[in-house]
Formats: sequence, C-alpha cells, structure tokens
Amino acid sequence: MRRTILGSTFAALAITTGLTAPTFAQDAINLRMTIWSANEAHLAMFNEIAEGFKASNPDVSIAFEPIPFENYTTTLTTQIAGGNPPDLAWILESNAADFVNSGALAPLTEAFTATEGYDMADVSEQATALWQKDGQLYAYPFSTSPFAIFVNNDVIKAAGAKTPAELIAEDAWTWDNAFATAATVGQSGKTGLVVRDFKYQVWQNMASIWNAWGATPWSADGKTCTFADQPMVDAMTAIHKAIFVDGAMPGPGEDIDFFTGETGMTITQISRASLLPKEDPFDWDLVPLPSGPVGTYAVVGQAGVGAFAASPNVETAVAFLGYMTNPENSQKLAQFFPPARASLLNAQTLGATNPLLSAEQIENVVIDGISYGMVLPGHTNFAQIQQTVRSSLDALWVADADVPAVLQSVCDSVGPLLAR
Amino acid sequence: MSLMTETPPRKRPFWTMARRDAAAGYLFIAPQLIGIIAFVLIPLCLVFYYSLHEWNVLANTFNFVGAANYQMLLADRALPQVLLSSAIFSVGLVVLNMSLALLLAVLLDQKLKGITVFRTLFFSPVVVSLVAWTIVWSFLLQNNGGINGMLAMIGVEGPNWLRNPTTAMISVIVVQVFKNVGLNMILFLAALQGVPKELYEAARVDGAGHFKQFRRITLPMISPTILLTSIITIVGSLQVFAQIAVLTQGGPGMTTTVLVYYLYQQAFQFHFFGYGSTLSILLFVIVAVLTFVQWQMRKRIVFYEN
Repeated sequence: MRRTILGSTFAALAITTGLTAPTFAQDAINLRMTIWSANEAHLAMFNEIAEGFKASNPDVSIAFEPIPFENYTTTLTTQIAGGNPPDLAWILESNAADFVNSGALAPLTEAFTATEGYDMADVSEQATALWQKDGQLYAYPFSTSPFAIFVNNDVIKAAGAKTPAELIAEDAWTWDNAFATAATVGQSGKTGLVVRDFKYQVWQNMASIWNAWGATPWSADGKTCTFADQPMVDAMTAIHKAIFVDGAMPGPGEDIDFFTGETGMTITQISRASLLPKEDPFDWDLVPLPSGPVGTYAVVGQAGVGAFAASPNVETAVAFLGYMTNPENSQKLAQFFPPARASLLNAQTLGATNPLLSAEQIENVVIDGISYGMVLPGHTNFAQIQQTVRSSLDALWVADADVPAVLQSVCDSVGPLLAR
Repeated sequence: MSLMTETPPRKRPFWTMARRDAAAGYLFIAPQLIGIIAFVLIPLCLVFYYSLHEWNVLANTFNFVGAANYQMLLADRALPQVLLSSAIFSVGLVVLNMSLALLLAVLLDQKLKGITVFRTLFFSPVVVSLVAWTIVWSFLLQNNGGINGMLAMIGVEGPNWLRNPTTAMISVIVVQVFKNVGLNMILFLAALQGVPKELYEAARVDGAGHFKQFRRITLPMISPTILLTSIITIVGSLQVFAQIAVLTQGGPGMTTTVLVYYLYQQAFQFHFFGYGSTLSILLFVIVAVLTFVQWQMRKRIVFYEN
C-alpha cells in the first residue's frame, strides 16, 4: 500500500514537473513571433497570412504572441536571456540599432532577393536605412507610420480659435499659429495640444515638434550630443513657453487622451485613426505637421520585424518573413500598417485600405510623410541613453526652468554614453 | 551457542519503520524544499556567478570578467544618489509605518461597539492588489488629480506631487505606508491584547499615569513584535519596486530611483545583466547586514531576551 502511495506521488511529481517530455512529430516546425498588438483584426490578418504560408509548407505552423507595448522590449530580451527566444519578433525603431548591430538577427537580403516575385527594388531605401548594416537588411520595416496632427474642430471652434484647415487654406500652418490655436483652446478650459505617449518621459516623441527647428539630439554619427545646440534651444524654448506660459499643452503629471473628445489637437501616428470614436463622433480632421523655421518636414515612426539568428528554424523563419512581406501580403498589411513599398504608396491602394481617411489626407499626410519623413531618434544602447536624458530633462519641466542650462546638463550627462 | 551461529540471520527489510517515517517526512517537506532550492538558493548562486560575467543578451556573448562589475560598482557615479534615495525611502517608511501602526493599534485596542469595522477598514488595503492600489493613487496624485482637486476646494494650491523632487519621495512613502500599515497594526494589536491586564491594574494602584503605563508596561511587553515588524518593514522597504515603477519611474531626476529600481533598469532595460547581478549582490549584503544587526540588538531592546 505504502509503495503504491510512494509510486503515485512520484508519478504525480513527474507529471507536474514535466519530466515526461511531450512528443512532437519529428518534422513539424513551430515558429513563434512576438508582437505588441493584441488587436483582433491584426491577429486575424496575421493568421490568414500564416495559413497562406502553411498551404505550401504544411509542416510549419506560426504562433503570434502579443506582449504589452509598455514592456515589449524588456519582455523580449528577458525571453532571450532566459533561453527561450522567439523565432521572429517585432522590433521598435528606437531599439533598431541595438538589435541590428548585435548580430542577434539573421540577414535577410539574400533570401529575399532569391524569393520569386519579391521585388526588393520596390522597397524604399529610406525606409530600410535604419534596419541595415553594411548593406545587409536585418529586419523589414513592416510599418512606416507618419506622425500627423488629429484635430477636433468642435473644440477649436467653440474656443473661438482658427482651425488648422483654415490656417492651411491661408498658407499659415506654422508652429507659431498652431501653438496660438492650442493656447486659445487651453485658455478656454479645454486642452490645446497633446503629444501622444510623451508623458514627460518619452522625450524622443518631441522630435515630431523639434524637427521643425532642425534640432537633433545628437550628431549624425551618434557620437556628439547636440541637445545644447541653438536649434534645440530654440525649439525647447518655444515648447517650454507653450506649456508653462501659454497653457497650450498640458503640464507634467496631467494624463489626457485626445480621443475622448476634450482636446483641440494631438500629435500621433496616423495608425491611431482606429481610436476615433465610432459613436457620437466629433468633427475631426487629419493634417500634416505645421512648418517651422526650417520649412516643412515630416517624421515617421517605424516598426520592423526580424528573425533570430539563434533560432533552430532560422531558415524557415526567414522564408516566412519573405512570404509575409512579399508584394501581395504587403498589400494586406497596408490596411493597418503604412507600407514601405513604393508600388503601394498611391492614393488608390491606401484609400481602399484606409476608408477613414480622405484622398487629400492620404496624399498630404500619408504618402508625403512616408516619402520624405525622418525617423525618430535612435541609438545603440538606446534604453540607457533614453533614461539618462529623461532624468536630466526633468529639470526642464518646471515653470522657471533655465532652458539652455538644462540642455547643457543633458549633454553633460549623456555625452560620455554617446562617445562610447 | 553453536545453534545460534547456525541460524541464518533474518534478512532485515530495507523499508524499516524508521526509514519509512524518514521518507514520508522528506516527502512532506519536499515541496517547500524544492521551492527554496529552485527559487532561492540556485538563483542566489547564479546571481553571484552572473555578477562575475559580462552578459550581452542580444549578441549572445557571456564572458568572464572577474571583479570588473564590482569595480564598476565602486566607480558608478549614480550609485551614491541611488543609495541615498533608498535610505531616505527606508527611514521614512519605517518611521512612519511603525509609529502609525502602533498608534492605530492602541486606538483600536478598545472594547467598543463596531470596533471590528474600523479594524477591517484599516487592514483592507493589505489585501488589495499592490499595482491596482498604486495606479489608483497615481490618478489621485496627478497635478489635476483628486488630491489637488480637494485642496483647491479649500483654497490651497497643491504641489505637483509626483513631479517635484521632495513631494515625489513623500508621495511614494505615504502610498506604501497606507498600503501596508494594516499588517503591522494587526500584529501590534495581537501583541497588545496579549499583555496581561493585571499589570495595568497593579500600575494604576501604584499611581502610574497612561503614558507611564505605555512606556513601562506596553512597550516592553510588545517589544518582540516591534522587533519582528521592524525587520519585516525594513527588508520590505529595501525591496520596493512596483510603486516606483508605477508612480515615478525613478524620477524626477533620480530622486526616487531606489536600489531595486536601479537594478531593474540596469538588468532589464539596459540589458546589463552582469552589472544588474552585481547590484543585487549589493542589495543582498545590505539586507543581510541590517537584519543581522537588528537580530543582535534584540537582547538590548526585547524584554524577553536576556
């Protein structure tokens, strides 16, 4: 009797601790791709593409694993550190340099060029710049989404300010006038302008404003801090005034969402159009970023997808990536993620897949934005640089801040990290 | 004699009573033992092992660097500020938490109708999810949040709690105190109720006032609980993470970047797993030393230990 108890206890332990290995068919390949969207429509589309791949590769199945955006890169690297890396992963543009330079990703150019009908030349050079090293592509930019301004005309008109559309018609869509409109809205008791996801933490999103002054956080080679240079001082002075003098933007510690309808304008990527309220909608508009001292400009946010070189099924993973981003599937992806393929960058294709946007909005905001937009700042070792700048920049977000002095302190603290 | 030697010796069964009991005993403690080995001892050894290496997760390189991470620890310019923030947080938390818990326990140690309702109310935050609790507080503490709204009603312009270096630290401490004060309160309450009532009667007869009774009877009698709660609270205060991550992310500047949060940043955000491991060794040493010192002090401060 006691033996039976002992025996069954061990059996139970063996089962619960996984000592009995599950058996798989020997030739089955299970790929796993980590993504940061849990949107059901996105998942349905990815599963449809995966089914298409399975049709010609019956042994392969692909699972898409959503990870919350806030901790995406942290979770991904923890999986890698824990010896459980995915086969494929979405990669944020700010981490592009870290992933591309580390050697963690498998090279793609050769495999893509060899894929029949892939047409590598169709993929925009500018869009892939961030994801290349020594002419070799390491991740494919499946989403190149321009930053633009969503407008709530109801709120702006109620405050008695000029709408962006009116300013554009007068050829006066500049940051001075945009801040003025936002200030009038702010003084009416509503919120003027929100830089979405900035929250006085994600400072790199401010590039959507400071690029109008030609400002950059560091030199093109990434070695020298340029936070204290004149363009950045001018841009930050204008932003600081808009926040603390004119009340055009919410101050630190105020969390406000444009899409609830109480805000005049928000800067965000056009892919956020899906957040516009379906019931009881307000009179909204989508306009390009205003012009600044350097004239007109555009900023894009990118997301890449790559295959891990250490995956035991790396060849299959790269083949799937080639299938997922071929011309046919790129068109499917384009309904949610603005494409990097020149052949798809036309009002007809994008209009069919973005029914919310007018032809004019697609032409002015989407196509122009993707065609000459600059990417957000990125750097090797970005997380530490981001955190160091964030920490020094906190001193700027008070009413009596000395803007040039704070920006100099940013360079003092981040300089050594950049020079490494 | 010869008969005895010729008798074949009876074969002793392997499963003697003692062995069976021992096996059953080991089986009973096995889940706990496996848990401690798998989740405490092995990770502890691994962390020390990792702290001697430079581990680049992305590049998949893992190189022995000897004491380099420990040299980096000594040269880390941010570390003094981090240790200072940790010390301010711990001292603030322990002082506020223990005194408030004791005050509440004394107030609630009364035989009044409905007193259990109040005890339950003060204890309830302990069972609330930490992150949910902190998120609610983050809304209340926003510049345009509930607390400043209430202050505005009485004509006071509140500070921007989580963005001002001084108030950010106070906010994080107070949110944590309110969350856990109920636990210490219950422990103190139980200790208070264990103090024999005759001692107070005798003291009253001798003419001791309320304060003297508290000082001469209550405090010595509950001193073992004070030691226990102080150890738990200090160790807990050094491990604070979620509140910082939700409320301030270590800011403004570095003012609320306590050691565990800094360790998390280094290891999981910046991917310096080797250096992160070194920092956790530092944390382990600090906690071990503090606990040892407190344990040694028990003979002087705890009534029963002499």
